[in-house]
Amino acid sequence: MSDPEILFGIYCPPHPQPLLSPDASEGYGKLRDAFETCRKRIEESEADLILVYSTTWPSIIGHQIQGHPEPEWVHVDDDFHYLGSMPYKFKMDTEFAEKFRESAESRGLQSRTVSYDGFPIDTGSIVALKLLNPDNRIPACIVSSNMYANRAETIVLGKSARDAIGAQGKKAVVVVVSSLSNRMFTEHIDPAEDRIHSAKDDEWNKKILEFFGDGRLEDLSQLSREIHGQIRVQKVVAYKPAWWMSATMGQHNNYTGEVLAYEALHGSGGAVVVLTPSKGSVGDKEFDEDDVEHYHGDRGVLDTGAP
Amino acid sequence: MAKGEIVLGCLAPHPPHVVYAENPEQNEAFAEGGWETLRWGYNRLARKLKSIDYDAMVIFTPHWQTYIGTHFLGLPKFKSKSVDPVFPNLFRFNYDISVDVELAEKMCEVAGESGIVTKMMRNPDFRIDYGTITSCHMLNPEWDKPLVTISSNRNAHYYSPEVMNEQASALGDACAKAIEESGKKVVLISSHSLSHRHFVTESPLPEDMSREHIYNHSQYVWDMKLVDLMRDGKMKEVIDIMPEFTEQTIAETEAGGLTWMMAAMGYPEYPAEIYGYQSVIGTGNLIAAWDPLEATREIVL
Repeated sequence: MSDPEILFGIYCPPHPQPLLSPDASEGYGKLRDAFETCRKRIEESEADLILVYSTTWPSIIGHQIQGHPEPEWVHVDDDFHYLGSMPYKFKMDTEFAEKFRESAESRGLQSRTVSYDGFPIDTGSIVALKLLNPDNRIPACIVSSNMYANRAETIVLGKSARDAIGAQGKKAVVVVVSSLSNRMFTEHIDPAEDRIHSAKDDEWNKKILEFFGDGRLEDLSQLSREIHGQIRVQKVVAYKPAWWMSATMGQHNNYTGEVLAYEALHGSGGAVVVLTPSKGSVGDKEFDEDDVEHYHGDRGVLDTGAP
Repeated sequence: MAKGEIVLGCLAPHPPHVVYAENPEQNEAFAEGGWETLRWGYNRLARKLKSIDYDAMVIFTPHWQTYIGTHFLGLPKFKSKSVDPVFPNLFRFNYDISVDVELAEKMCEVAGESGIVTKMMRNPDFRIDYGTITSCHMLNPEWDKPLVTISSNRNAHYYSPEVMNEQASALGDACAKAIEESGKKVVLISSHSLSHRHFVTESPLPEDMSREHIYNHSQYVWDMKLVDLMRDGKMKEVIDIMPEFTEQTIAETEAGGLTWMMAAMGYPEYPAEIYGYQSVIGTGNLIAAWDPLEATREIVL
């Protein structure tokens, strides 16, 4: 197996405004421009795979990987249905999907590919793939975010992705679809007046972006639990995107970080960031959590010590 | 015009497994059976519904999740295929449903007047969620009544289960008023499990009932606590302990469905009809009904 060649990573928001209503506010337009910059970077690169981890695709039965060669549908967002429909037809790398599943299983994870006509691809994946790879020039792969998975499982999932990229000798662009702060306004707003929901969310977002800008991805991974407690609406057990992204890209801080845009999306923090592997390292965090290689499942604490 | 009324309230869980196990022609997957305790309970409740005169079903679903207010289906017809994102191997259902848009608009209007953030959903490409389809199919497999689907505003996520209880109660009050003003006879459906911790693995044959059991005993004990209160007609007490129940069992009541339905029905003090309880992939699922008419109210189980 060769070392995985990950050309760069992109962190981008899941909301549909940059795709469906980029002219509704200056901020949405800036996010759209940032997606466009990323699209060009991908086009100019030698990438032969776009690997997407989407926080808006929750799974329960392990980790699901899109395995349909050409998924096609017309998607409508649950909240933002009035912005319009999102027709899509994507080209998936089914061989990579199978390899990713196999790699995940070999590291102890429950995983399966899904290949069904009409399977509901999530808003975040659709927004990312339509804006980053509009002509399906490069085949893609999408992996779900298991709603019960925590740090160990997510890091092992990232390492599985890395295994699969290396095994197939792919040149991959890694895309993580996630908000920063994810609290939206609970009322309908004028898009022109959109802003980050609170000053606290804004401060934390800017701190995260400072880390991204310095290329300190592994440090962000280590801060995930704190980020979850501070600025994430508690829909799932943890803030996982930085865990997965860092594990997939090699668990270090050696990147050139570029924050291409940071804007509000109905109150949530939407940023488009590019991380390109580079030499040198920065960081001042001490890591004391295990670097997990294999997932062994729950520890069964409820059963331990039972009479 | 005579006042409208709620003629029955149903707690109708929506694991897609029960539709899968029934093998209706609309579903692409094929099963060898499974989850009979739930399916037979559903079959019996469906027979009771056949004996009731009603105009529409109003369903509150956890699988149309909205964060910006409460949304209502707002077009008369929806025809497409619903594929469960979690269990696509079990549920790929071709649906053709009718919506009572007049009633939906009335509910949206009254809820809006009471201060609730609302929105009508009028995008024809919108896909109906599998929660709505599963509960409605099991209660009315003929699909001969129009629906109103109400989204679940995720107040428990954004605030707390206590706020969810308050907001869902307010929505229930508003919907009851709208039904009364509409002059229609309506069946309410709260579509969800009770305890809601899933196993994260699936047996090779999903309908292999030798593998099926509740996730852990504490989930079961909590579920039975609620069943006992329902049997005793103590629905106000059920709603009062809802925040703790929801937190302790990761219950699907977090979406607000049961609170919404009980508020709309005035927190019944009469016994619920219990049709069945069974676990599905570790979750606790109860089928129950509240019949306001004493003459037709039954002790089922």
